[in-house]
Amino acid sequence: MAHFVLSDDMYKDTIQMEPIRKGLGKGLVKAGQEDERIVALCADLTESTQIHLFKEAFPERFVQVGIAEQNLISVASGMAAMGKIAFASSFAAFNPGRSWEQIRTTVCLNDQPVIVVGSHAGLSAGADGATHQMLEDIAITRALPNMTVVVPTDSLEAEKATLALAKQGKPAYIRLCREATPVYTTPDTPFEIGKAYIVREGHDVTLIGTGVTVYECLQAARELAEGGLEAQVISVPTISPLDRETIIDAVRKTGRVVTVEEAQINGGLGSAIAETLGEELPMPLLRLGMNGQFGESGTLYQLLDKFGLTGPHIAGSVREFVRKMPRYHQ
Amino acid sequence: MSGQLTLSQLEHMAMIVRQDIISMLEEAGSGHSAGSLGMADVFTALYFNIMQHQPDDPSWSDRDILVQSNGHIVPVRYAAMARAGYFPLTELKTLRKLGSRLQGHPERVILPMMETTSGPLGEGLGQACGMAYTLKYIDKQPHRWVYVTLGDGELDEGSNWEAIMLAAKYDLHNIIAFVDRNNIQIDGNTEDVMPLEDLRAKWESFGWHVQEIDGHNIESIIDAAAMARAITEKPSVIITHTIPGKGVDFMEYDFHWHGVSPNKEQAKDALKKIRSMDGRIEGDHE
Repeated sequence: MAHFVLSDDMYKDTIQMEPIRKGLGKGLVKAGQEDERIVALCADLTESTQIHLFKEAFPERFVQVGIAEQNLISVASGMAAMGKIAFASSFAAFNPGRSWEQIRTTVCLNDQPVIVVGSHAGLSAGADGATHQMLEDIAITRALPNMTVVVPTDSLEAEKATLALAKQGKPAYIRLCREATPVYTTPDTPFEIGKAYIVREGHDVTLIGTGVTVYECLQAARELAEGGLEAQVISVPTISPLDRETIIDAVRKTGRVVTVEEAQINGGLGSAIAETLGEELPMPLLRLGMNGQFGESGTLYQLLDKFGLTGPHIAGSVREFVRKMPRYHQ
Repeated sequence: MSGQLTLSQLEHMAMIVRQDIISMLEEAGSGHSAGSLGMADVFTALYFNIMQHQPDDPSWSDRDILVQSNGHIVPVRYAAMARAGYFPLTELKTLRKLGSRLQGHPERVILPMMETTSGPLGEGLGQACGMAYTLKYIDKQPHRWVYVTLGDGELDEGSNWEAIMLAAKYDLHNIIAFVDRNNIQIDGNTEDVMPLEDLRAKWESFGWHVQEIDGHNIESIIDAAAMARAITEKPSVIITHTIPGKGVDFMEYDFHWHGVSPNKEQAKDALKKIRSMDGRIEGDHE
C-alpha cells in the first residue's frame, strides 16, 4: 500500500489553511484542460462553489442554470447523454438535498457521468445555521446504486479527487467543506477512488474519519499517545464504494473502533462502518458525529467543539470508550 | 425514414399503433391506456415523418433525439418504434414483464435507443435542455433537433418551469416540445386538480414560440413541427389537443383510464372500436 504522507507542518501552528472547495476549483480547471468533454454547471453559487475558475477558463462549457437545483441535475444529465462529463454544483443542502430524485433517476439509474458537487457541506456552512448545514448528504447519496461518494480530507486531496472523478466518468457525489481547514496532505500523498488509507499506525484502538475529521482524529491520536494509548487512524475519503478490505484488515489489529464525522452518524460513515463490522467482524464500536440532531449558527470550529468533534473531545470520548469496552479478540 | 409514407398511410399506421397499444396493455395487465392512445398520432408522425433517424442504426450520429418526459405513456412509443423497425413486433408482448427490455417506463441502460431514462415527471425537459445546449453551443450540430413529449398534468411540476426558463434564456431553438393537452391526470381533470390555463399565455410569457393544434390531425402535427424548425430564435412548444383514449369510445375523455389497462373483454371490444373507425383495416393486425 502506498504510504500516506503527512505534511511536515502537520502538528505546527503554521500549517497552511485552505477551504477544501478550492481544491475542486483548481482540479476542475486541470480536468478541463486535459479533457474537452468536461463541462460544468452551477445554480447561482459560482464563486462559492469555486466553479467560477472553470467558467473563466472555458466559458462555452459552463451553464448557469439559476437557483434551480432540480433542473441543474436534469440539464447535466442531458449534457452527459451527449457525451459530456458534467460537474453540477451548488450547496450540498440543495444538491443533493433538493435534487436527489433527479440524481437517482437521471444520473444513477440512467448511468450518466454527472458528478454532483455539494459545497458548504456538513457543519462548514457555519454561520448560515442549520438550514444550510447539510448533514444527511452522505446517507442519501451512499444509498444510491451506481454512485461513488467522495469526501476529501483537505484541498489537495479535493483536487486529486476531482481529477480522478473526471477520469472515472461515472455518477458521483463529492462533498466539500466551506471554511479553511488544514492542508495536511502533500502532493505525494496517494489518492485513489475507492481506497481507505491508514494514516497512523496504532494497536489499541482504531479511529476512522472522513473529510475534515481525519485531521481531528490525528490530533486526538497524538494526545492519546501522551497517555500511553496508541490509536490507529484510518482516512476514508471514499464512502461508497467502501474499502472494506483495508478497513477490516486494519481494525483486526486493534479490536475497537471509533468513527468520527461531521454528518449524521445514522446513514453516514458511522453506519457504513457499523454495517461492515456487523457483517464481517463484529467488535465494539463508538460512532461520533451528529446523532439525530441539527446544527446551529457558529464557525466550523465552534460547532466541531460544541458537538464533540475536535481532537481533544475525540480523545476524551476514546479514553472513555476504551475504559468501558473490552478489546475484540478473534 | 422521413417522407416515406403518404398522409393516408400515416393515418393507417396510427391506427395500427393504437391496436398494438391495446394488445400490449392487455397482455401486460397494467399500464397507461388513455395517454398512450391519445398520443398515437403524434408518435406516428414523429417516427414516420418528422424525425431524422435510422431504426437499423439507433445510435446514428446525426439522428434527432426524442426525450419522452411523460414516460408513463411509453407503450405508444414502443409500438411506433417496433413498427418503424427498431425491434421485432413480437417483443411488444413483453411490456412490463420480468426480463423485458420494454420496462414500464423508458430505461436507457436496458434499451439505449430510448436516449434517456424517464418517467418521474418534470425531468425530461431539463434533460432535453442539456442535450440541446450541447448540440447548439458546444458540439455545434445545427442539423439535429431535440424533440420532447410532455404530459399536461406534469406541468404541475415546478422543475418543468425551471427548464422552460433555461431553454428561453439560452435560445434553445433546437428544442421542439409537444405538450399532450388531454386535460386529464390521475386524480381527475387538470383544471380541477391544478389549473393550467391560460397555458398558451404561460409558455408565451416564458419566451417560447407556441402553436396549438389538433393532436389527431397528422398533417397539422407535421406542419407544426416544420414551423417549429423554422423558428430559430426561441424554443418551440406545440400544444397538441388530444382526446385521452382516442379511438376507443368507452375510454375517450374518461380520466379513470389514465393509469389502467383493459382486461381481455375490454381489449377485444377496444380493438373492434379502433378497427371500425376505419374500414380499411380488416382482421387481426397480427
